[in-house]
Amino acid sequence: MEDPYKTLGVSRDASQDDIRRAYRKLAKKHHPDLNPGNAKSEDLFKSVSLANEILSDPDKRGRFDRGEIDATGQERAQQSSYRDYADGDTGHRYRRDGAEPGGWNAEDFEDIFGSMFNDGKRRGGRTAARRGRDESYRLATEFLDAVNGATRRLTLPDGRTLDVKIPPGTSDAQVMRLRGQGGAGSNGGPAGDALIEIQVKPHGFFKRDGQTIRLELPVSVAEAVLGGPVEVPTPGGPVRMRIPPHSDSGTELRLRGRGVPAHGDLPAGDLYATLRVTVGTVDAALETFLRGWTPEHPTDPRHKMETVP
Amino acid sequence: MISIDVLVTQISGLSREDLEQWIQNDWVRPDDEAGGYSFREIDVARVRLILELRDELQVNEEALPVVLSLLDQLYDQRRRMRALSDALRRVVPEDVRQSLMRYVMELTP
Repeated sequence: MEDPYKTLGVSRDASQDDIRRAYRKLAKKHHPDLNPGNAKSEDLFKSVSLANEILSDPDKRGRFDRGEIDATGQERAQQSSYRDYADGDTGHRYRRDGAEPGGWNAEDFEDIFGSMFNDGKRRGGRTAARRGRDESYRLATEFLDAVNGATRRLTLPDGRTLDVKIPPGTSDAQVMRLRGQGGAGSNGGPAGDALIEIQVKPHGFFKRDGQTIRLELPVSVAEAVLGGPVEVPTPGGPVRMRIPPHSDSGTELRLRGRGVPAHGDLPAGDLYATLRVTVGTVDAALETFLRGWTPEHPTDPRHKMETVP
Repeated sequence: MISIDVLVTQISGLSREDLEQWIQNDWVRPDDEAGGYSFREIDVARVRLILELRDELQVNEEALPVVLSLLDQLYDQRRRMRALSDALRRVVPEDVRQSLMRYVMELTP
């Protein structure tokens, strides 16, 4: 069977249009219906059609060019290609780093397993977009800043600074998430978040219990006995409070709404001041008075502690 | 296993001189025995490949080592990947392989 290019009279690099034109010209000339009874034309037409069948189809033409099919379109017995050997174990003969007879050693897989078990950075390549890592930080915060809210600047290990807005009523160990402030994403992925754990430092005299603030309020003997206005520190600043007469150590007074300020759905909490009577520096007058004083209702402050000897 | 004499007659377009140069360059690695070079099937296929690269794909002598090196790396990786998947098939239970597959497919855009 003749070379289809020769049959159509075109060069091997002819365009598909050239091939179509050459075929039409020859087909018109040799078409059996136009040449009735001409056996030679019929044969020629057959071979022209066959040649066209191969060359007009870029796929078949390519296969013919590569020698995979012959001029009749039949599969040609295929020669083993390099790939058949290189893909198999025989391929070790042409290892990149020199021939090494016995198969694999551990290093051959280190990069694969390395990347499998580390959350490793990918070395380039067309890889999926990946979100950056979340980075965790701790931020030590003054008690009152956590209660009232504040903005604090955090300097990250990489030199960036973050202004962290601490909302009112933040409690110890609360974690704040700053979107997009964590590790950079790769391959166009979004950055991770910065997770900031707030550590609230203890306060000198305030204690917090949810929305409630408690403190122990020292008062003088006179203030406890006679009552009167005193100034009480609260998270929002000092507030004047009237101590009722005849108060005692342990008396609990409530300042409504003076605890942790309202935040979110939570209303403002209350502040509880527990009185602690302090005697202070005693002068001669007090001493003299107490010596001469006989209580109208004598009480033993330790009566609850009486035990059977 | 065939000798260099047989090889150069078997492959049209291959000159003995070129082939010896390729062996010098370590592009082709036949067994070097007392009676001369001895080519295995893979060596023959590689000679054909180099010839094809040079004559049909117009890869010139300068670029050939680069192309061969890249090809060798490609096949190194393919063999490695195959060895790995063989190992996975033997060691890893079916359900874990399935979830590996799902995960890999999710990563692929």
